[in-house]
Amino acid sequence: MDTNDRLTIAGREFKSRLWVGTGKYKDFIETKKAIDASGADVVTVAVRRVNITDRSKENLLDYLDPKKYVILPNTAGCYTVEDAVRYARLARAAGVSDLVKLEVLGDDKTLFPDTAGLIEAAKILIKEGFIVLPYTNDDPVVAKKLVDIGCLAVMPLAAPIGSGLGIRNPYNLKIIMEQVKVPIIVDAGVGTASDAALAMEYGADAVLMNTAIAGAQDPIAMAEAMKYAVHAGRLAYKAGRIPRKLYATASSPIEGML
Amino acid sequence: MFESIQIQVNGQPRVCRVGATVGELLRELDITSERVAVELNLEILDRKEFDHRGIRDGDRLEILSFIGGGRPSTEAAPIASLQLGVKDGHE
Repeated sequence: MDTNDRLTIAGREFKSRLWVGTGKYKDFIETKKAIDASGADVVTVAVRRVNITDRSKENLLDYLDPKKYVILPNTAGCYTVEDAVRYARLARAAGVSDLVKLEVLGDDKTLFPDTAGLIEAAKILIKEGFIVLPYTNDDPVVAKKLVDIGCLAVMPLAAPIGSGLGIRNPYNLKIIMEQVKVPIIVDAGVGTASDAALAMEYGADAVLMNTAIAGAQDPIAMAEAMKYAVHAGRLAYKAGRIPRKLYATASSPIEGML
Repeated sequence: MFESIQIQVNGQPRVCRVGATVGELLRELDITSERVAVELNLEILDRKEFDHRGIRDGDRLEILSFIGGGRPSTEAAPIASLQLGVKDGHE
């Protein structure tokens, strides 16, 4: 991979443009293998109560070398500004960095973000020195507002979390990419490799996914497919695609024909 | 016999020795990882405070760490929502 084409957020350089979640795997060994196959160097984790009754249970972080991966805590499952801020603070207290993937959910059936709550929570956390990566709708106005208040990247969804529907509104995503001058990480809704490649071809700076890999029949093979899809999409974006035309343009010269 | 106090840890009642610190409680619970956060009566403690902060009768402690996610799993209980009366808020 081109080492000059690195994603940078808040002065941090990321090796991979594929970021992965760590939920829904069969066990930690499968999680680790899938992450390795994906080549991702950013992995998201949730913050939850420690199991105090059964200490024999292993911890995910025993399997993930913090020197090798950027651990990105999220506020998954939070439906209020207060909860999201509380979990972000707890994540910082338990972790090593100021990074947080901020989620404030607005509806438990679609898991769509509550964008008003998201902006409010982001403001509070940015004031406290957090580097807030907000999980947001494919709404260009909200994306701009998030950047205006100090978010150093935005993470618009492709489709509802875990739905595998792919990019539902490519035009909105393109508008966000054109209008917002911070890295765009397409987060949630990717179903298969072509979805990830498309997101990158549109100009996304990275793609974050969990279910598309963890829920595949062979998660490790899908993780590898996603690695190539994101890489191919990025290369195609940088190469610049040809314009779409209604009629054919011959590829071979007419000259020299009989 | 030592004098004991009643506290709550991660939502469960627990008996604790008078004068115990947060750090002692963590070791008693066999929690050795550095990657934990402790909330004492809704105040998030700095790691450096663990060995100095004493636990008092009726204290409510939350001890949290990172898990795979994603969505909340059914295994690891999320902490109760701050907004009482509102549904738990996690699924």
